[in-house]
Amino acid sequence: MITNFILRALDGKITLTVAILLVVAALVPALNLLTTPDSALHIPTYAMSLMGKYLCYALLALALDLVWGYCGILSLGHGAFFALGGYAMGMYLMRQIGSRGVYGNPELPDFMVFLNWKELPWFWYGFDWFPFAMLMVLVVPGLLAFVFGWFAFRSRVNGVYLSIITQAMTYALMLAFFRNDMGFGGNNGLTDFKDILGFPVQADGTRAVLFAMSAIMLSLCLLVASAITHSKFGKVLVGVRDAESRVRFLGFRVENIKLFTFVVSAMFAGIAGALFVPQVGIINPGEFAPANSIEVVVWTAVGGRGTLIGPIIGAILVNAGKSFFTGAFPEIWLFALGGLFIAVTLFLPKGIVGTIRQGWTSRKTLRAAADQEKGRGTALLPQAAE
Amino acid sequence: MTTIAETRTKSLLYLDNVSVSFDGFKALNALSFVVEPGELRAIIGPNGAGKTTMMDIITGKTRPDTGAVLFEDSVDLTKKDEADISQLGIGRKFQKPTVFESHTVWDNLELALNRKRGVFATLFYTLTPEDQKRIEEILTTIRLTHRRGELAANLSHGQKQWLEIGMLLAQEPKLLLVDEPVAGMTDAETAETAILLKEIAKTRSVVVVEHDMGFIRDLGVKVTCLAEGSVLAEGSIDFVSSDPKVIENYLGR
Ligand SMILES: Nc1ncnc2c1ncn2[C@@H]1O[C@H](COP(=O)(O)OP(=O)(O)O)[C@@H](O)[C@H]1O
Ligand SMILES: [Mg+2]
Repeated sequence: MITNFILRALDGKITLTVAILLVVAALVPALNLLTTPDSALHIPTYAMSLMGKYLCYALLALALDLVWGYCGILSLGHGAFFALGGYAMGMYLMRQIGSRGVYGNPELPDFMVFLNWKELPWFWYGFDWFPFAMLMVLVVPGLLAFVFGWFAFRSRVNGVYLSIITQAMTYALMLAFFRNDMGFGGNNGLTDFKDILGFPVQADGTRAVLFAMSAIMLSLCLLVASAITHSKFGKVLVGVRDAESRVRFLGFRVENIKLFTFVVSAMFAGIAGALFVPQVGIINPGEFAPANSIEVVVWTAVGGRGTLIGPIIGAILVNAGKSFFTGAFPEIWLFALGGLFIAVTLFLPKGIVGTIRQGWTSRKTLRAAADQEKGRGTALLPQAAE
Repeated sequence: MTTIAETRTKSLLYLDNVSVSFDGFKALNALSFVVEPGELRAIIGPNGAGKTTMMDIITGKTRPDTGAVLFEDSVDLTKKDEADISQLGIGRKFQKPTVFESHTVWDNLELALNRKRGVFATLFYTLTPEDQKRIEEILTTIRLTHRRGELAANLSHGQKQWLEIGMLLAQEPKLLLVDEPVAGMTDAETAETAILLKEIAKTRSVVVVEHDMGFIRDLGVKVTCLAEGSVLAEGSIDFVSSDPKVIENYLGR
């Protein structure tokens, strides 16, 4: 039963993508660490971290695809789950600074000393312990998604209304995190990290491991998402997207289906945020900005929603484009992004991967029809498991 | 003379004095209606008579303002939602064919199959030989075996209607509510559908809403005529269609 669930994940294109990601996870750090800077094959650390950042964005887009592409929930607040995962990691990293901060307080992060706080707030307890912090990377976004989804899906908030309240959620969190008295560093957020599990955050070796972890976690989440979407549950998800009332009248509890998917997706986003923060060296309330969540939608649409692989490609391409444009012509980046979104919506509504796949399937159907005419048709049928 | 209590003890579905209004407009007005186990019943009536609204009430989509809706004499359907009611054994075909267009015919039936419907049960579900056999049986019944691997989106209108009926069969309901199944069908398809529904009604109760009088005659069953939210006449098709009120409100128009 469980083996079937896992085996179904290994569809050809997913396996290929995972293989590529794993090769990248090994190759890029190797080219960074094992070659000298004057070698033609050398990948500088800044470039490796930049690529690591793209992989985190790719994971965030994958998370959105699970709810939007498969279940039809257009979340405009996924940046919030990403940021919460990032804050959980940031809190761990802050606690690792110890007495090396400007004020040299072994217990309290600098910003708390600055605010004249005398003791660590309760919600910072445990974050000095890595396993606890990693658990919180999953639990905090998951819990928010659970509470939010519990109310939203039970009261059958759908479509545009749901999108708007997800956007309001991330906006409200941004305002809250901007406040100094929230205890998360206010405006400045969390930064000046020193080390992670005892290794200096800035060191090439640490960067290499963080990069590799980003690629590995992306592969892992891709496999989980693939297992979900290839199961009967995944077919129900698509049913909810295309004909929600039919699913209800077949006896499924649509609210539970949505809730489960939303929570899994939020956890993916949390993992992405947690890997992002040590690679960029800072997390601040700006990550909750509504515009960030909207950008994720653009990446996913460009790559092709409902394809799992598309959003990964979309996130990497659009962000590579962003890095190029903001370097070369900073003033036109936003116009380029807006133009891209309009162009994709008008000319490639299925995104890059969706369009390629469509072409491929129609060729396959044509060939199957031709085969059938020649009388050697192989039926495309699901077979029962023994 | 039979008392109310006696009728109740043998009903599968029992609606008593059900009213519902939308913004002051009474879509159902003190509607009472009983379906017995194993019965095939046809419902006719002009557009806006409240036929679809009645199905909405039975399946938990709409709550009545007043009145009782009982299933198998004991379950109060007004307290349940769509998923509960479906699991109790009431299947519904919508007026507009509603199938999962981006799934194959086969997958549509697999999803509808009466199996555990929880999140984890569906995540770890594997098609068993028994389920496969059941789906193949249904494919034969709804005459879609040759299109099993086809996306539902590529079916003709009539085939989509049949697929939806097949999905209801896969649910193995005790009561099937079918809203205008032959709308938009060719004459041949309409005749086939009448045969199909009679076949289905051998093993369960079926309520069919239809406008097509020829189709109703083909079915040859008890007919209820609704108008303005309540029952106008009930009986054989000849009895109902000779009722002056029915002629005035429906047939004569
Ligand atoms: N959700 C609703 N809101 C407002 N009016 C409704 C709603 N559902 C049905 N009605 C109205 O109730 C009346 C009965 O509709 P309906 O049950 O669909 O009729 P029928 O199926 O017999 O043609 C119609 O006048 C329709 O406009
Ligand atoms: Mg109707």
